[in-house]
Amino acid sequence: MIDKRVKSIAEAMQGIKDGSTVMFGGFGAVGHPAHLIDGLIEQGAKDLTLVGNNAGSGRVEPLVRLLAAGRVRKIICSFPRSAGSVVFDELHKAGRLELELVPQGTLAERIRAAGAGIPAFYTPTAYGTALAEGKEVREINGRHYLLEHAIRADVALVEAYQADRWGNLTYKLSGRNFNPIMAMAASLTIVQSQHMVELGDIGPEDVHTPGVFVQRVVHVPYGGPASNLATTG
Amino acid sequence: MTATAARAPATAEGVKPWSRAQAAARLAQDIPEGWCVNLGIGFPLLVSNFVKGREVIFQSENGIIGMGGLATAETIEPWLVNAGKQNVNLVKGASIVHHADSFGMIRGGHIDLCVLGAFEVAADGDFANWTTSLTDGVPAVGGAMDLAVGAKRLWIIMDHTSKDGRPKLLERCDLPLTAPKAVTRVYTNLAVLDVGPQGFEVLDMAPGLTMEELQAKTGAPLRRKAS
Repeated sequence: MIDKRVKSIAEAMQGIKDGSTVMFGGFGAVGHPAHLIDGLIEQGAKDLTLVGNNAGSGRVEPLVRLLAAGRVRKIICSFPRSAGSVVFDELHKAGRLELELVPQGTLAERIRAAGAGIPAFYTPTAYGTALAEGKEVREINGRHYLLEHAIRADVALVEAYQADRWGNLTYKLSGRNFNPIMAMAASLTIVQSQHMVELGDIGPEDVHTPGVFVQRVVHVPYGGPASNLATTG
Repeated sequence: MTATAARAPATAEGVKPWSRAQAAARLAQDIPEGWCVNLGIGFPLLVSNFVKGREVIFQSENGIIGMGGLATAETIEPWLVNAGKQNVNLVKGASIVHHADSFGMIRGGHIDLCVLGAFEVAADGDFANWTTSLTDGVPAVGGAMDLAVGAKRLWIIMDHTSKDGRPKLLERCDLPLTAPKAVTRVYTNLAVLDVGPQGFEVLDMAPGLTMEELQAKTGAPLRRKAS
């Protein structure tokens, strides 16, 4: 019987080694596996390279506490600066956290490419800008492109809405974001899921990520991301 | 934020610069029904208030096609946020994709229009909107560079001059570029300008403004758009 469910976050995080590259889903707090990152703090792996869209804000959320604990050597990220990204700012300014800044679409495609077995690709994004420095340029049909390399990870931390014992997943609304492509791009994909459902409950046309891309699933029914209502237009 | 734009105060005698809402409404006039549009965070987002009555599909870089307005306490759905991470609603017909498909849509030329803000726009369409320094502070780029090269049209909406009165429309950008030769049109509080083969071409000006006054606030030569 295939059963990828594990009983605890601690069990889900077993075996992550020092020096690992760890991807985490989420666009801000939505679709972000905060409980697994908390588990990574407990688990103890250090000298990590993180890959994700944002670098957290405030001082309380797990991603920020992982950074503050000095466990991360480098972050590959598109938008590390946000309101309240104080810990990232401090560590980066102090030279204690390396940043590889990547345009958001290039970040997504580098992750997608890794999962799809494509080692590198040409993209028009960032040609002629400071972020093109050191990158191979190729002219194709009169337009300039940069060579960008795939980003593979040892571990992907994913937040799903529903999961079954095979690891088939659905995501809730914009909680999908980077999660499906990260699930495909890592050797060990660990999922925290709001709901656990029986095999077959997710219709075959409704599976967003087939379980083949998933190794471990842990049930974390925390309810959902905090809301962020705009106070002004 | 209301759909009724408040009049901005006149700065020079007889000149009535457009308010941000009026500039956004002026831009919205030029969006035809049926376009798929990506709006940057901040000033560009105001544009969505002024396309009522037409079916325009708003795309958000985090994988939403068919984004509605900002959520209220009554309509809140915590799993739905826009590019600025504010809670939003969907419209009927909306769909959700993952990030690689969202940026495939952006980079692959499937977005009719992207509207972004900018620090500087140059007469050849170069523009700078992602960082004011490569050495100070923490840089963040987000999706701006992908949107700039991928959308069929890139329109900028911004104030005509900086807070201290310096022109933001220039011969050449001083700040790090977001993309070279990408901008096709600029909407400011003073004018609407196309980026033509010979530089900025004035399509429209705020009430009471003369070409001479507009030129004095612009760091590159202006010409009237041939009609």
